[in-house]
Amino acid sequence: MTTTHHHELTSSLLYLDGVSVSFDGFRALNNLSLTIGAGEMRAIIGPNGAGKTTMMDVMTGKTKPDTGDVLYDGRIDLTRLDEASIAELGIGRKFQKPTVFESQSVEDNIVLSLRGARGAFASLWGWRNRVPQSDIEQILETVGLAAHRKRMAADLSHGQKQWLEIGMLLAQDPKVLLVDEPVAGMTDHETEQTALLLKDIARDHAVIVVEHDMSFVRALACRVICLHEGSVLAEGHIDAVSKDDRVIEVYLGR
Amino acid sequence: MRSRFLTPILAMLALCASAIGMSASASPADEAFAKLASDQFPQIEQGIVDLSAIGTPEAAGVLEALSETKLFYAPDKSLVIKKSEGQLTSPSGAALTEAPAGLKQVRINNRVRRALESALGSLTLISPDPAKRKAAAEAVFKARDPLALPLITQALARESDAGVKDTMLRARAAIVLASSTAPDLERINAVDVLAEKGDQDVLALFSTVKAMAPASVKQAIDTAINAIERRLALLSSVQNALYGLSLGSVLLLAAIGLAITFGVMGIINMAHGEMVMIGAYTTFMVQEVIRARYPALFDWSLLIALPLAFVTAGAVGLVLERSIIRFLYGRPLETLLATWGVSLMLQQAVRSLFGPTNREVGAPAFMSGSVDLFGLTITSGRLWIIVFSLVVFVVLSLVLRATSFGLKMRAVTQNRRMAAAMGIRTPWIDSLTFALGSGIAGIAGVALSQIDNVSPNLGQGYIIDSFMVVVFGGVGNLWGTLVAALTLGVANKFLEPLAGAVLGKIVVLVFIILFIQKRPRGLFALKGRAVEA
Amino acid sequence: MSRALYLRHDKLGMGFLMVLCALGVLVPVLNLALPVTSGWHVPTYAMSLMGKYVCYALLAVALDLVWGFCGILSLGHGAFFALGGYCMGMYLMRQIGTRGVYGNPLLPDFMVFLNWKELPLTWFGFSSFGYAMMMVIVVPGALAFVFGWFAFRSRVTGVYLSIITQAMTYAMMLAFFRNDMGFGGNNGLTDFKDILGFNIQAQGTRACLFIASVAALAGCYLLARFMVHSAYGKVLIAIRDAESRSRFLGYRVEHFKLLAFTVSASMAGLAGALYVPQIGIINPSEFAPGNSIEAVIWVAVGGRGTLVGAALGAVLVNFSKTWLTGAMPEVWLFALGALFIVVTLFLPKGIIGTASEMLKNRRDRQTSGQTEEARP
Repeated sequence: MTTTHHHELTSSLLYLDGVSVSFDGFRALNNLSLTIGAGEMRAIIGPNGAGKTTMMDVMTGKTKPDTGDVLYDGRIDLTRLDEASIAELGIGRKFQKPTVFESQSVEDNIVLSLRGARGAFASLWGWRNRVPQSDIEQILETVGLAAHRKRMAADLSHGQKQWLEIGMLLAQDPKVLLVDEPVAGMTDHETEQTALLLKDIARDHAVIVVEHDMSFVRALACRVICLHEGSVLAEGHIDAVSKDDRVIEVYLGR
Repeated sequence: MRSRFLTPILAMLALCASAIGMSASASPADEAFAKLASDQFPQIEQGIVDLSAIGTPEAAGVLEALSETKLFYAPDKSLVIKKSEGQLTSPSGAALTEAPAGLKQVRINNRVRRALESALGSLTLISPDPAKRKAAAEAVFKARDPLALPLITQALARESDAGVKDTMLRARAAIVLASSTAPDLERINAVDVLAEKGDQDVLALFSTVKAMAPASVKQAIDTAINAIERRLALLSSVQNALYGLSLGSVLLLAAIGLAITFGVMGIINMAHGEMVMIGAYTTFMVQEVIRARYPALFDWSLLIALPLAFVTAGAVGLVLERSIIRFLYGRPLETLLATWGVSLMLQQAVRSLFGPTNREVGAPAFMSGSVDLFGLTITSGRLWIIVFSLVVFVVLSLVLRATSFGLKMRAVTQNRRMAAAMGIRTPWIDSLTFALGSGIAGIAGVALSQIDNVSPNLGQGYIIDSFMVVVFGGVGNLWGTLVAALTLGVANKFLEPLAGAVLGKIVVLVFIILFIQKRPRGLFALKGRAVEA
Repeated sequence: MSRALYLRHDKLGMGFLMVLCALGVLVPVLNLALPVTSGWHVPTYAMSLMGKYVCYALLAVALDLVWGFCGILSLGHGAFFALGGYCMGMYLMRQIGTRGVYGNPLLPDFMVFLNWKELPLTWFGFSSFGYAMMMVIVVPGALAFVFGWFAFRSRVTGVYLSIITQAMTYAMMLAFFRNDMGFGGNNGLTDFKDILGFNIQAQGTRACLFIASVAALAGCYLLARFMVHSAYGKVLIAIRDAESRSRFLGYRVEHFKLLAFTVSASMAGLAGALYVPQIGIINPSEFAPGNSIEAVIWVAVGGRGTLVGAALGAVLVNFSKTWLTGAMPEVWLFALGALFIVVTLFLPKGIIGTASEMLKNRRDRQTSGQTEEARP
């Protein structure tokens, strides 16, 4: 192992090396390698079918790679763990389609996500009912849903659901946040707010954002990775990547 | 019972009569007949042996009557045969106008029965009817009476029918092998003859003879037993496989419609079994009409029922889809409950219309009888169902693969929105697909009416099995359904001798339950994101 | 302990428990204390019939716990019910002693008839009431635990789970039909004489059995209510609505499901155990897949996810069944079938669910009206 390799391994929070996944002959990920350090933010762009969601599936244990290493914190093999264990390690995920617990109140959605014990038996005795109100309060304030805390999640607007899900992610207090298309269906104002929020979060978390909205990606002002056909096509600053001929060819268009 | 009270009185009468009216001696046949007219078993036995030596048709007739307990004797020791239609005749066949007083039945005990069987065996060996000769040879084989040896040798010499000759050879070999006086070499030859087509009977013969046979014969027998056992094991495997195939084809028929509605469309239709039932009742109706109006068409009844069953069950399916199921797309558990309700209503409707009892569905001539396959007997009905299920499978595969409807159907199931965008009327395709699946279930009902009771509960018996087959085979895959049905059928039949029918079925169910845990998407699963969406 | 046990604000729950209390007191009193000639007298057969409904209600509550709150549509709860019933039946068989037809002190009649010489191992201990009652809870629970362990761990969900639970109860039915299983084969267990030394036919015993059934229903309702109103219940509902989201939040979905499934199966077993002495027989037809599906419709009629609704649905449907099968037997299956269709198409929330929704809507309209009035 080369020294740079070694350095990457130990310093990075998430480390993917040579990961391939195929479904019935279709290669969703093709020898994909990338690393994210603690407190780093990355935006992932790329056309449909480039493997963005599959990449997140692999990181969160939903899909097992055919080959390749997925390490967390330089030593924990994520391919051996299930979703719940990976979540407990500190990897949180927001889905492309906002997925909240529709028949429960906004507050309960946050309560269910808060960091803490998650055992079935323990929960019978009510630990989820005893979390400090201030914690809930703070998160609801951050995502701007404090006024809606008693409403059913199903009654929220699409944008509000996106924010609720981000709030749930915050409540989980993970070390890495995987955020899949957070601003889909949001107004320009909401999009701006979200960008600010994510930048704020990125100060003490590692954040990976998948997004098509290029102005949003620009607002994030972070390193950008363009995926194509399951592997990295280009990586670097948004300006550099958006001028890359291949990226323009396959994704941005001329 | 009257006869029980009468017997002692009649016996007394008979004794008196015989004491008084002893007739003058006559031909050897008459003497033998006289021996039969007795209540002393040893005497009767002697009479039988004598008659078998005489071997006239008359003698054969008397012995046959005796074996059918239709031989009586009058107090004057004359024999009377009671024909099946109640008419009385003398041994020579002359009809008696009135029954002699004091008729008594000639009784048989086990010893007499043995003598009788061997006598009959040797007597009918020369009957003009080959079937009778064959049966006689088989009787000789069972009795192994050394006295029959000259007779069977004689019969062999003049036998022309190969099949009968074969049986006679075996019978002769059995006698030779069983006789302790025959030379060893001949006995070993006999072992070889017997081993050639050895079955359980031969095995039983070998094991009885072995105990008292000299060493060389014993060795030959041991080798032969081994060979036969190997062959029988193979034969029973083939038989299991064949019966398994037959059961598998029934499962395939029951499940193949479900492979469309559940497998391709993802609709949980708990009324699927009732579609099969509707097909069976359609067959019943068709046969009723044919019986009443056009009896000559009876052999065509199933062929006529096929399209009608397809249309009837398909129509019911269409109505079901249009009126209930389409409102429940995307809610599979609710679909399950609603269609269960439909199944209850259909069952009750049929019960009200046709009554709760089993209805008679006849088999056309070409489906009755049985076929001999490598020494295995399988009913033609079963054989036809195997053929039929495969035909249905092939036709359905072709419809899905090669017609424009099949293409549209696959398009809709793979990407509904895209298909709609291409101008396919997806709701219409849904309805037709469901009707197709139901219609095929109806066709299955025509076939299953031949092997199952046609009753309102017919469908209930198949629903769980059908789901098991489709789930085991893998959803959305016709080949999977075929392989699953045949595998489960064969597995079931191979388990049956080990565990019994019911336990075998339980084992198969438990196996599938465990299998689904391991591979929730079945044998031939589709992988990837499309499936999870 | 937690908010879960506060009943004060739950009018429906309070009402339900009060009705149960009233039933548990009134029916036995009206049966035992009043003369047969009185117009208020409750005949013993009617009391046993109501006891049967109460057992069904308990089964429905158990089913609602897994279906209503966790989305597990079990088509095998009839198996747990029957297993509990068989455990009770085995105790009752052992109580017969020498009073059987063959007078064998050790073996039940059917074993003597099968020429068995000794009691099979499975019957060990069933002469003790305590052990039998323990088995009533443990046997269905253990089966559910093992079954659920495999099924939930391999993420068998939705209709697949329903189908294999149905296959499970079907396999159990086939097994119990066999004589060699040692549970009476076709005929099952019957001709019971005593329970705890009291004549099972006696009016007083019947009254006690009724009270026990009502108490069991109340107790299990409280347990189920406690579970679904605790944090555990919130996670359960979260799993029902968005299973994979719950996983990504770090919940071990299979553990939560397994706990609910096992507790629910034990409740179903208890229901079966109380059902058998009041009906007087248990046989393999209790395992019939149709029974389990029928129980699902009780829950659907009353309203899934409401517990009280499940109990209500069970009583309503079964009362109609008793009445219809008596008055117009050929109509019953049409009615039941139509019920399945109508409820799924037009009343997906059931009676209680629909009623409470309407109530909430009215209240919302009122409050919004008030706030509008309050504005200048």
